Amino acid sequence: MSRRTRETDVVVIGGGPAGLAAAASAADTGARVVLVDRNRELGGILNQCIHDGFGLHAFGEVLTGPEFAARYIERAGEAGVEMHQNTMVTELTADRELICTTPGDRYRLRASSVVLAMGCRERTRGMLRIPGTRPAGVYTAGAAQWLTNMANVRVGKRVLILGSGDIGLIMARRLTWEGADVVGVVELLPYPSGLSRNITQCLDDYGIPLHLSHSAVCIHGRGRLEGVTIARFDENRRSIPGTESEIVCDTLLLSVGLIPENELSRRAGVHLDASTSGAHVDDQYMTNVDGIFSCGNVLHIHDLADWAAEEGERAGRSAANRALTGSTAVPVERIRVEAGSDIRYVVPQTVKRSAEEVLLSFRVTEPLANRTVVVSADGQTLKSQPLRKAHPAEMVQVLVRCDGGLDADRLEVSLT
Amino acid sequence: MVNETKRKITCILCPNGCELEVSFSGEPTAESLGIAGNLCPRGLDYALEELTHPKRTLTTSVVVRGGTQPQTSVKTACPIPREAVLDVRAALRDVTLNAPVAIGDVVLTDIAGTGTDVVVTRPVARRSRHAS
Repeated sequence: MSRRTRETDVVVIGGGPAGLAAAASAADTGARVVLVDRNRELGGILNQCIHDGFGLHAFGEVLTGPEFAARYIERAGEAGVEMHQNTMVTELTADRELICTTPGDRYRLRASSVVLAMGCRERTRGMLRIPGTRPAGVYTAGAAQWLTNMANVRVGKRVLILGSGDIGLIMARRLTWEGADVVGVVELLPYPSGLSRNITQCLDDYGIPLHLSHSAVCIHGRGRLEGVTIARFDENRRSIPGTESEIVCDTLLLSVGLIPENELSRRAGVHLDASTSGAHVDDQYMTNVDGIFSCGNVLHIHDLADWAAEEGERAGRSAANRALTGSTAVPVERIRVEAGSDIRYVVPQTVKRSAEEVLLSFRVTEPLANRTVVVSADGQTLKSQPLRKAHPAEMVQVLVRCDGGLDADRLEVSLT
Repeated sequence: MVNETKRKITCILCPNGCELEVSFSGEPTAESLGIAGNLCPRGLDYALEELTHPKRTLTTSVVVRGGTQPQTSVKTACPIPREAVLDVRAALRDVTLNAPVAIGDVVLTDIAGTGTDVVVTRPVARRSRHAS
């Protein structure tokens, strides 16, 4: 371990869209910024997302994942961010001291502000507890995407996809283009989990069947996967006896959800929200630990990289301001933000009483149409906005201005 | 009197994924197409294209020799006719590039008669001779 402890204003952990955007905006605000990432290449998961559809909000044009990443890497470089690849943060304390581990060294880094941007990981077969044997050929959709797009490895010939998340849908098309026979997508819920445009361009274009209200009940095969038994599931998510059928396949991809990766955050004493599995944050994206901020998929799962990057911009600016002005001696009063009817969660979970503008990000509990989003403070409507349609797969955002601060004890977001 | 045709089309131009309800008599044209459900004017152009000659962008990988990565990613510079997507994919199967490659490098021009180029979307540096 190097004896030296390096000091800087802001450290950003993770070089995906949220981390790169946070680092660039923190540097633009005037802070000295160090960004660390454990991979050889910056860009995070964007590097393996070679499909297009990124950047419409951030740049007003349609880009592939690697192109979108390159824009942010360039932006961070121009802003003067010091970027360290092949660097894994193995410790983070509440005093904002980090231990960085590289192939040749370990060193301490101390910062006035830390931005958590570590992203998320995929749910695995073990978490689903599907009965059956344990053959080769069962992958998470993202692992199959990495093998196909980054490592030039063919994952299989006859593919079944469990879960209709966007990565699974994108992989259905990708593997079809690679010459595989994608035999179907199986979704437990009565509606798809991915964006509707991906149902059209990834499944419908190639006649790939989508089995809603179905899931896997048994995995077969010794050595290599030979087939998967699927069955219809009721609204209580229980399989209906007598509806089983076997699908012959040598490959099963799991696209069944993402979980924010908060091991480091937990060890630093950051409180997590049970409904997002990410940190509790205020309107500046600061966690309960003074000077530690969170953004992107480590805070809550985003459906678009553009939104993760935008959240990073905001968190990076806050982190820089905190580092440059120091924490205030006067305790800051925060009020709770609650999820009302038909809302699954809201980020941020608290808002400073002095906040002048709050961006509320939330998800609805089920598909719905022609409703109104109402943001209220102690029952008084602050803002209402029509919601033409909403889907649990799609994050909704509302920007609320509260000139002169908030004279209330709680904010609530609900649908009427 | 020609019967009116009604169709539902999901717009793929942006993540909103508008559910377009279109109606037309005979051949759909910009003048005759009735449309509802679009949040922006591009929905009309998309619906017309989707009804007459649907287009898609192909994104795939190409092998790179001598690079820090075994392959790079590429895309068609513009959307191409949907029925040509698999032919373009096939035409790219035999292509090998030499590192370094940069975003925007042209891999093939006028691929499979579509009039569209295929370009690199991910930079790959040359592998250092001294690296193990």
